[in-house]
Amino acid sequence: MSTDDKPERTPAEEPEFGSQLGGQPDDAIDVDPLATPPGEAADEAAFGRGEGVGDSKEVEGLSQGQIVWSRFIRHKGAMGGMIVLGLVALLSLTSMGAFGIPGWWRIQNFNSSGNVINGAAPTLKLWPFTLGEHPFGQDDIGRDNFALVMKGIQTSLLVMVVLGIIALLIGVAVGALSGYYRGKIDTALMRFTDLVITLPVIVMGAVLGKLINTLPDKMGWSYDVTQAIRDNLPLLLAIMLGLVLWTGLARLVRSEFLTLREREFVDAARVAGASDWRIISKHILPNAVGVIIVNTTLMMAAAVTLEAALSFLGFGVKAPNVSLGMLISQYQGAFATRPWLFWWPGLFIILIALSINFIGDGLRDAFDPRTKRIPSQRQMNKAMAQILNDNTEKAGAAK
Amino acid sequence: MTSEATNNGKPDKAKSNEGGSPDLTTAVRLSKTLGGEVNRGDVILKVRDLSVNFWVNNGWFTAADKLSYDLKAGEVLAIVGESGSGKTQSAMSLIGLLPKNGRASGSAKLKDTELIGMSINQLQHIRGNEISVIFQEPMTALNPVYTVGFQIVETLRTHFVMAPSQAKKRAIELMTLVEIPDPIDSFDKFPHQLSGGQRQRIMIAQALACDPKLLIADEPTTALDVTVQGEILKLMRELRERVTAAIILITHDMGVVADMADRIVVMKDGQVVEHGTSDEIFNRPEHPYTRQLLDSVPHLGSVTAEEELPAARLTLVSEGEQAGVPLEAGDPSVTPAMLMEDVAIEYPKQGRRPAFRAAHHINLRVDPGDVVGLVGESGSGKTTIGRAAVALLPVAEGKLTINGRDVTSAKPSELKPFRKEVGIVFQDPGSSLNPRLPVGESIGEPILLHLGLGGSELSKRVENLLESVQLPRAMRNRYPHELSGGQRQRIGIARALALQPKLLIADEPTSALDVSVQARVLKLFQDLQAEYGFACVFISHDLAVVEMLSQRIAVMRHGYLVEVGPTKEIVSDPQHPYTQRLLSAVPVPDPAEQKRRRELRDAIIEEQHIVS
Repeated sequence: MSTDDKPERTPAEEPEFGSQLGGQPDDAIDVDPLATPPGEAADEAAFGRGEGVGDSKEVEGLSQGQIVWSRFIRHKGAMGGMIVLGLVALLSLTSMGAFGIPGWWRIQNFNSSGNVINGAAPTLKLWPFTLGEHPFGQDDIGRDNFALVMKGIQTSLLVMVVLGIIALLIGVAVGALSGYYRGKIDTALMRFTDLVITLPVIVMGAVLGKLINTLPDKMGWSYDVTQAIRDNLPLLLAIMLGLVLWTGLARLVRSEFLTLREREFVDAARVAGASDWRIISKHILPNAVGVIIVNTTLMMAAAVTLEAALSFLGFGVKAPNVSLGMLISQYQGAFATRPWLFWWPGLFIILIALSINFIGDGLRDAFDPRTKRIPSQRQMNKAMAQILNDNTEKAGAAK
Repeated sequence: MTSEATNNGKPDKAKSNEGGSPDLTTAVRLSKTLGGEVNRGDVILKVRDLSVNFWVNNGWFTAADKLSYDLKAGEVLAIVGESGSGKTQSAMSLIGLLPKNGRASGSAKLKDTELIGMSINQLQHIRGNEISVIFQEPMTALNPVYTVGFQIVETLRTHFVMAPSQAKKRAIELMTLVEIPDPIDSFDKFPHQLSGGQRQRIMIAQALACDPKLLIADEPTTALDVTVQGEILKLMRELRERVTAAIILITHDMGVVADMADRIVVMKDGQVVEHGTSDEIFNRPEHPYTRQLLDSVPHLGSVTAEEELPAARLTLVSEGEQAGVPLEAGDPSVTPAMLMEDVAIEYPKQGRRPAFRAAHHINLRVDPGDVVGLVGESGSGKTTIGRAAVALLPVAEGKLTINGRDVTSAKPSELKPFRKEVGIVFQDPGSSLNPRLPVGESIGEPILLHLGLGGSELSKRVENLLESVQLPRAMRNRYPHELSGGQRQRIGIARALALQPKLLIADEPTSALDVSVQARVLKLFQDLQAEYGFACVFISHDLAVVEMLSQRIAVMRHGYLVEVGPTKEIVSDPQHPYTQRLLSAVPVPDPAEQKRRRELRDAIIEEQHIVS
C-alpha cells in the first residue's frame, strides 16, 4: 500500500486503491465512488430501503435553492397563482399609478363623482373587448367603480406586504432567540407570545383602528400630523396587525430552531469557534427558511381577508382611503340594485387570497423533501412498454 | 399440492409444523394457505429473472436486475451487498412492499403460486401468514401505542379464527420461544419499556406467529449492540432448528453472514455477482468484488493475533461495578494531549428534566501522537467523553486538561485558543455538514474564524485540505446532498484537520459507511494520522476497527471505564469480564473461525451467568 500514502494523489487515480483492496491489479469492476465523474458522484448514498431511490439523479449538481425552485415551478397551482397575482398587481398598479407616477386610466381621482351614464351599469364587454366609459360600473353618485377597485387592490396589497414583513421580522427574531437559547429567555418570550395570542385579532384591530382615528383629535395634534395619519391609515393598520400576527410564525420558528440546534453541523460550527450570532444567522436560519417562507406566505393570504373583514366591519380603512373590504361594506346596501359594486371587489379579494394560498401551498411542497413526484400509472405503463419494445428489438437485432 | 383455488370455499385447517404451537393445529385459518405442507428440504421459493425498477425522472432505474435463486425450507440464504445494491428491494418485491414508483417483473414462486403481480387482496393473505418480515429497527417497526402482546395477537387474529384468550396463550408461547424474560408480564408492556434486543425478539415472535414458510430478515441485527446482536443471532440459529421456515437474511455484515448463512448471494448495483454456498464464498470467492468485499471487512484479531505478549501487563482493570480505572502513570516530561483526571460529565438540566450524569470517574491519558480507541456499547458514555473533550459538554467534576490547558471550567470566551487545537469528526456525515453551505465553506469555516483568512488564500487552504483527503478541488462548490456518504465523511475529516489540531476526536466516523468505503476512509485516516501526527481518541463500537487503528484501547461500560491497556493485550487477553464478552460477541467473516468463537462465547456466558 506504499504508493497510497502520499496525500497528493488525485482522486482520478483512486481506482487502483480500490483494486488493491480486492487484491486484483486489473480490477474488472469499479466500486470507488470517487472514480465516477463528478456529475455522477451522488449515486452511492442514494438508495436503501426504497425511500429516496434515485433521488440523487434528480438533484445532480444543483444547490438546495435550485432544487426548491425547480420543484416550485413544476407546481401548477403555484404557477397559476403567481401569474394571476402578477396580473392583478400589474393591472392595479399601472391603471391607477403608484409611487407618484400617474396611471393610464383616465379617472385618476377615484373619489371624483361624475354623471351617471346608462344607469351606472358596467360597460365592460369581453367580445369584442371594450372597456367603455366605466368598465366596472358606477355608484349612485357617479364614482367610477374601476378606479375604486384598482385603488382598493393597491391598498390590500400594501397591507399584505407590510404586515408580512413586520410579522416576519418579529416572529423570526422571537422564535430564533427562544429556540436557540432555550431556558429563561425561551420561557419569557414564549409566555409573552402566549399573551399576544390570547388577544383576539379582530377586536385588537378594531380598537387600534378606532384609536388611530380618534387619537389625533383627543391629543390635539396639529392638522399636518392628523392629515398624515389619515392618508397613511392603511399603512398604520398593516403595522398594527403585523404587531399582533407574528405569534404563529414565532412558535414555528422556535420549534424549528429547537430541532436544528441539536444537529451535528451546529456542534461542528461551535467546535470551529463560531459565535452564537454566526451559528444562528449562518447555520440555523438558512435551514429554517422553508418554514419561514411558507408560513409568511400563508399569513399574508390570511391578511388580505382580515383587512377586508376589518374594513367591512368599519374598523379598518376609512375614507378618503379605499380598500376592497371597505367597498363591499359601503355598497352592501346596493346589492339588490347595483350588484356590480359588490361583485367586483369581492372577486378581486378572492383572486388575491386564492393565488397567495396556492403559492404558499406550492412553496410548502417545494421545501418539503418528502414530496416526490409519483408518475401516473399510464405514464409508467407506457414507459414499460417502451422498454420491452426496445428489448425485443435488440434481441431481434442480435439474431 | 393444493392450489389456492381449492382452499377458496372452506378455510382448511392448517397443519402445524413440529415446532409450532398445538393451538395452531386446531385454529381455523382465515387466510388462504399456499401449497399445503412443507417439509425440510423442499424447494419453497423459486425466483427467476426477478427485476425491480424505479421510475425516476421520466425513466426507469434498475434497482435489481434479473435475480434468480431457489430456497429450500429450513435453509438460510444470505443476500449481501452494500447500500444501493438492490438487496432489500428485491426481497421486498416478493411481498409487494415496493414504494409507489417501484415495479417488479419476472417471476417468484412460493411453492407454486406466483407472487409477482399478485393483487393486493391476495397479498394480504400471504403477508404475515406465509411470508413474514423482521425489520431492521425494532423501535420503528413496532407501534409505540400498543402493547407488544397486542401486536402479536393482532397478527394471529388477522389470519386465524381465534378467541382473544387463545391468541394470548399462543402469543405468550411465542414470547417464550424467543426467550423474552417473564413473558406473561411482558405481554402487557409497551415497546419503549423493552430493551432493543427484547424488541427485536418481539419482532421475531410476531414474524413467527403464523408459522410462515418464508421469513425475510432485513438487517435484523444492524441496529443492535454487538453483544445483543450475538444473542439475537444465537436465537435465530436455534429457531432454524425448530421451525421449518426458510430464511432470507439481508445484511451487509459479513460477520453475521458467516454466523448464519447456508448459501450466499452477493449483489452489486442490482446484479448478482456471485452465488454459492457459505463455504465457497468465504473460502474460494471467485468474483473480484466478493474478494474485495471480504478484504474490506476489518477482521478482529488479524492485527495482533500472532504476537507474543510481554509478561508484564500494562492493562488497568477496574474493580467492582462503581469504580473506574485508575490513571496510568505517564512520562512526566511529555505534556499529554488529553488528560482526564477523575472526570464526571453531565448533560445539563433541561427545564424539569434533571441533569444526567453520563460518565463517572474517568481517568484517561492520551499522549501526543497516540491513537486511543474508546469502545463500548450504545449508551455507555463514549460519545459523552468525546464531546466533553472538545468542550461541547461541561465537565461536572474532576479535571480535564487539553495540551496542558485546563479547560474544566473555562468560559466560552476563553475557549477560542483551545478550539484551535482540537477537532472532531462526527458520526453521521449526513447531519454534520450544513446542507445549505457548499462543502468548501464548511471546511473553511474554522480557518476563517481563527486565522481570519478570506478570499483566494482561504480557497487555497481549502483546496489543499480537499486534496489531502483525496477529493477533487472542484468539489468545494458542491453541496452535501450531492456527495456520497464516504465523500461527506472525508469532508468532515478535512474540516476537523483544517487548523492542524493537536487532538482529534473521531466519533464513530465510519459506522454509517459501507464496508468498502469504510476501508478506504480508515486507510485515509491512518495516512493522515501518520502525516500530521495528531493525538486521537477514536470512538467506535466496532472492536475490529479500533484494533486496526489504535495503540491503546479503553473499554467503557455504563459510564465507567472498565479496562484500559495496549491494544494487543486487550484483544488477545482481556481481563475484565465485560471486555471478554464484548470481544467474544464480535462476529468474524470466516465461518469456521466464527463457529469456534461462538462456542467460546457460549462458554463465557455460561460461566458468567449473564442474562440480558
